Amino acid sequence: MTRLKTFQELFKRDRRPGDLVFAVLFLGFCLFLLANLRSQAQWLDNTATVAQPAFWPTVAVIGMSFFAGLHLIGSMVSPRIPGRLKEGIFWLRSAEYAVYFLIYVWSVPIVGYLLSTILFSLFLTIRLGYRSHTAIIMSVLFGLSVVLVFRTGLQVRIPPGQIYQYLPDSIRTFAMVYL
Amino acid sequence: MEALLGGIQILMSWQVLVALLIGSVGGVIIGAIPGVGAAVAIAILLPATFAFEPIVGLTVLLGIYGSAMYGGSIPAILLNTPGTPVNALTTYDGYPMTKRGQAHRALSLAYSASFFGGVFAIICLILFAPVLAWVAPNFGSREIFLAALLGIILVILAHRGQIMAAGMMAFLGIFLSTIGLEPARYTHRFTFGQGWLTSGINLIVIVLGLFAISQALLLLLDKERKPESARVEGSLWGGFVELLGLKRVAGVASSLGVMMGTIPGVGEFTAQFLSYTYAQKTSKTPEAFGDGSPEGLVASECANNAVPAAAMIPLLALGVPGEALTAMMLSVFYVHNVIPGPQLFQNEMDFVMALYMAMLLLNVIVIVFLLSSTNLLLKITQIPTRFLGMMILVLSFVGVYSLRNSAVDCALAAGFGVFGLILKRLNLPIVPIVLGVVLGAIMEVKLRSAIARINEPLDWFNRPISVVLILLILFVVGNHYRAVLLEHRQRVQRAADGDLKDREGEAPVAPEGF
Repeated sequence: MTRLKTFQELFKRDRRPGDLVFAVLFLGFCLFLLANLRSQAQWLDNTATVAQPAFWPTVAVIGMSFFAGLHLIGSMVSPRIPGRLKEGIFWLRSAEYAVYFLIYVWSVPIVGYLLSTILFSLFLTIRLGYRSHTAIIMSVLFGLSVVLVFRTGLQVRIPPGQIYQYLPDSIRTFAMVYL
Repeated sequence: MEALLGGIQILMSWQVLVALLIGSVGGVIIGAIPGVGAAVAIAILLPATFAFEPIVGLTVLLGIYGSAMYGGSIPAILLNTPGTPVNALTTYDGYPMTKRGQAHRALSLAYSASFFGGVFAIICLILFAPVLAWVAPNFGSREIFLAALLGIILVILAHRGQIMAAGMMAFLGIFLSTIGLEPARYTHRFTFGQGWLTSGINLIVIVLGLFAISQALLLLLDKERKPESARVEGSLWGGFVELLGLKRVAGVASSLGVMMGTIPGVGEFTAQFLSYTYAQKTSKTPEAFGDGSPEGLVASECANNAVPAAAMIPLLALGVPGEALTAMMLSVFYVHNVIPGPQLFQNEMDFVMALYMAMLLLNVIVIVFLLSSTNLLLKITQIPTRFLGMMILVLSFVGVYSLRNSAVDCALAAGFGVFGLILKRLNLPIVPIVLGVVLGAIMEVKLRSAIARINEPLDWFNRPISVVLILLILFVVGNHYRAVLLEHRQRVQRAADGDLKDREGEAPVAPEGF
């Protein structure tokens, strides 16, 4: 019993709320990859083992699974700090902003980089609870300056918005190249 | 000498000088804002630099890399909040000095120590360049494979107390590097029949997600913080004079920074830890450490600023990055078809020299900027944290989307962002993933080409550098195993003596374990 206890001590570590959930999910992901290893990476005839296409994926997945298993053991023997549900909700809340980000990505080729960036900055500023005139102005200026630096100045590759083709001839080309 | 003159010639173009100015000043500003850091800034700017000449793009990124830690010391000393993670140790002695009314002295010492560490490392680099140029060509595919393997092992073992997590993250990185169409035989690996996975997952998408988007999400969801601090009055040059009295600590800390920076996978934290421990053990007032000791502050700042320059050694000489930031820079080299490694030292020594001198210049620019703009930087540190999160999220888009105008890349980056946020919340390491991606790809290619000349296992030992690297790998693994075994035996002994009691709910955590 004492021997087991001292062995467990080796695996003990700092364990935050939600650690066990993550350890189980990660091991599950590793086992899923392990189950698909044969169908998703090929072993060819007449090829040295280390030059096989499946060699490194096999090393990686087995390595991941091995360490994930030990990580789970570590999680189970380490002292638990309560707050798993609260932590899980925090993780899910981050998805809200990830979705806003994807809507922004989707809107750029349609309404153009300038308009979408200013609207996105403005929307996030209001969503975060900044309602003062200063905050609103700062967010618009920030959106504008990002476009001026990256698209106008550095000419970073971002496609022009589809709505630019409805602009008057005099500014259409300018908008397509610089905004 | 010829290479030195060639380097000066490359450096003397207005684009390079402007890039140097923007990179170094921008790096200080970014470093001074808690919650941003060099990794986030480099990840965002990386694709933008692809349009520049290699030396211009690299100078911007090097500027940010080399100067962020200078800026990070300001909030560490004045607000007890490290601007970048590696400034955490600076808070131990810097903030107590501020509380005693010595903020001016602490900042001045931190700047001069950072400058000393940075310049010391670059001088070492320039002096070692001929040695590196001589040794590097002896590194073939086999040696580079072994160096990358050593890097992976070290990055896992460097996460003491989190080795299992670091191991699974490093192997996750290696796994990510294998996804897509395999380049030698054109077979699909883990694409699950999905066309968008055929081209694999780009390193920049992973880096932006894990570093920038995750940080943005964390700040957006975090409680609002708006740090406040008083102005710093008077000249900050006095630290250079005080540093003269601490030259032994500064010299040893900078040397440790250079040594630790050179070893892949080790980096700033180990360098700082060793320097700080050395300074404390040899100090006449060890009790002052952690309570405003100038020696502790100097040890910490000299060591962390010596690392960036030294970390360029394995990157330039072998093409093996030692940590996340140099791994990102490697992609800039690849985009411009400049392949770091032995050939670079043989054929483009002037380019290497230009990079070294750019780093030297950036230290001068940064110190001049800091000595005149500390109070301005203090205002920048006061940006509300959630507003900062919004700014990082908006900027992250440029980084990912400009890569290949792919919404899929953005979705993947967002996914990695949420994953990175979870890792940060759980205090699990992120850097091994990035190194796994980069070193995994290197190991695959190099092992494949090395194996053509290896007919039997003993052939691994027929070249001296290969033997040294194998012995190093065995030593590092054996040494770690010995340390864990020793600790286990001590526990067994303590248990036998009755010290290890079953204390329900308050069992001690063993940070020294795996």
